[in-house]
Amino acid sequence: MGLTLTWLAIIVLLPLAGLFLKSFELSFAQFVDIVTSRRTLNALKISFGLAFLAALVNLVMGGIIVWALVRYRFPGRRIFDAIVDVPFALPTAVAGIALTTLFAQNGWLGAPLAELGIKVSFTPLGIFVAMVFIGIPFVVRTVQPVLIDLDPEIEEAAASLGANRWQTVSRVILPSLLPALLTGFALAFARAVGEYGSVIFIAGNLPNVSEIAPLLIVIRLSEFRYADATAIAVVMLVVAFLVIFLVNRMQRWAQLRVPAH
Amino acid sequence: MPETAIAVPLERTDARSEPRWVRGLLIGFTILFLTVFIVLPLVIVFAEAFARGAHAYLAALADPEALSAIKLTLIVAVISVGLNLVFGLVAAWAIAKFEFPGKTLLISLVDLPFSVSPVISGLVFVLLFGAQGFLGPWLQDHDIQLLFALPGIALATTFVTFPFVSRALIPLMQEQGTAEEEAALSLGASGLQTFFRVTLPNIKWGLLYGVLLCNARAMGEFGAVSVVSGHIRGETNTMPLLVEILYNEYQFVSAFAIASLLALLALVTLVAKTILERHLDEGQRPSEH
Repeated sequence: MGLTLTWLAIIVLLPLAGLFLKSFELSFAQFVDIVTSRRTLNALKISFGLAFLAALVNLVMGGIIVWALVRYRFPGRRIFDAIVDVPFALPTAVAGIALTTLFAQNGWLGAPLAELGIKVSFTPLGIFVAMVFIGIPFVVRTVQPVLIDLDPEIEEAAASLGANRWQTVSRVILPSLLPALLTGFALAFARAVGEYGSVIFIAGNLPNVSEIAPLLIVIRLSEFRYADATAIAVVMLVVAFLVIFLVNRMQRWAQLRVPAH
Repeated sequence: MPETAIAVPLERTDARSEPRWVRGLLIGFTILFLTVFIVLPLVIVFAEAFARGAHAYLAALADPEALSAIKLTLIVAVISVGLNLVFGLVAAWAIAKFEFPGKTLLISLVDLPFSVSPVISGLVFVLLFGAQGFLGPWLQDHDIQLLFALPGIALATTFVTFPFVSRALIPLMQEQGTAEEEAALSLGASGLQTFFRVTLPNIKWGLLYGVLLCNARAMGEFGAVSVVSGHIRGETNTMPLLVEILYNEYQFVSAFAIASLLALLALVTLVAKTILERHLDEGQRPSEH
């Protein structure tokens, strides 16, 4: 017991406490100055805004993917099911250079897109693509067990009571999947906000345009502007904590909503 | 509506399925999306690595810088996985088998490194051990080099991979309860005997699962390590860091050659994970022993 707490304190709590202590070295006005400077604000906006959009795409696409994987039989289903976890397992730097090459203007996908006038690599769109990639497993893996365990009798009851398929899906199935969908969305969002490795290669990293908040932290660190780096980190951490808090709330809400069988 | 009445029997009338075109559309979306975002990036890693043939590929891997990065990555993984194996086991044991105040808080703390940006994970160690950090001056006085050296890299990696082992074990241990341990203890087994003969065999697949994922992340960690490593070539570059450097120097074959090893590690991890999940599922089925 004591050992656990000590280890946890050393490896997890101490470093984080250090972070907050460091930020207390700043006066409140200095803190606000750093966080509201144009470059920082833009970086935060890019990170949070694009992460939100990417998580939305993951919510919709993840919902479709998990439905197809659980409910339908098609060739290669098991392989597609297994590779959903690739963004978890593939080192982010590898994902970063692979996506950049794929979507570069002479890349396999970048070249046809360029003919349509769409530039992906080295633009904010590239950041978005990398964030979508990194978020794929979250919605699928949080919804999958819930969808598998869903009682078929509920659907049959709805159908036998005269609901058409669309009504059954939207009024009966979707509400019972909603907590898991939202949890997956929040997890994908939190991951995308903090993502570094897979984004920096494809981003272009132009200040105010395609520079993400984690990269700005790294840049400030390399300039020895530790206070700046810390202030940005604190803002990101506080938001991350809020997201975890919401996730826990949603899970409790989900457990309360599930009728006792 | 006589027309639809004739058409209906041809379609599947199962109440739990969709019309054929909807099914086709959703399957098509799934295959297209996963192919574009997952299959193609994986394929391109190997295609680029072998772009100038197997000879160039092998030469890139045999480069002294590559070899030293591979060695450093392996050492860091052994240290982090070893530490997290022991302490993850202890943490899971404490959380799953005992009731104590603050348990919920403890569980949230265990998960914390998952929800923090890897860059911030690295940053906190710079703030602690860097020259301007809280412990920096003390470390300098005692001539201890943590940052920009192996200990700092190992420490940051351990932090980032902390949740894997305990996360894999907590639900498993909670499900198994304490009955078997209590039986062993009441029959006169010592605490250690109980642990090695009763607890450990019960959780071996879960433990292996946690170690597997922990190892994959430890070898592939980029953000946190990038902040604490200092990028000293041939000394503090792990494989992911070397990938970045080579890529930025336009040495694409070399970058993708190292990347292909990491991608291979990811694929092997996924296959092993699938096999282990099957073992874990079987263990939970009451009919099988």
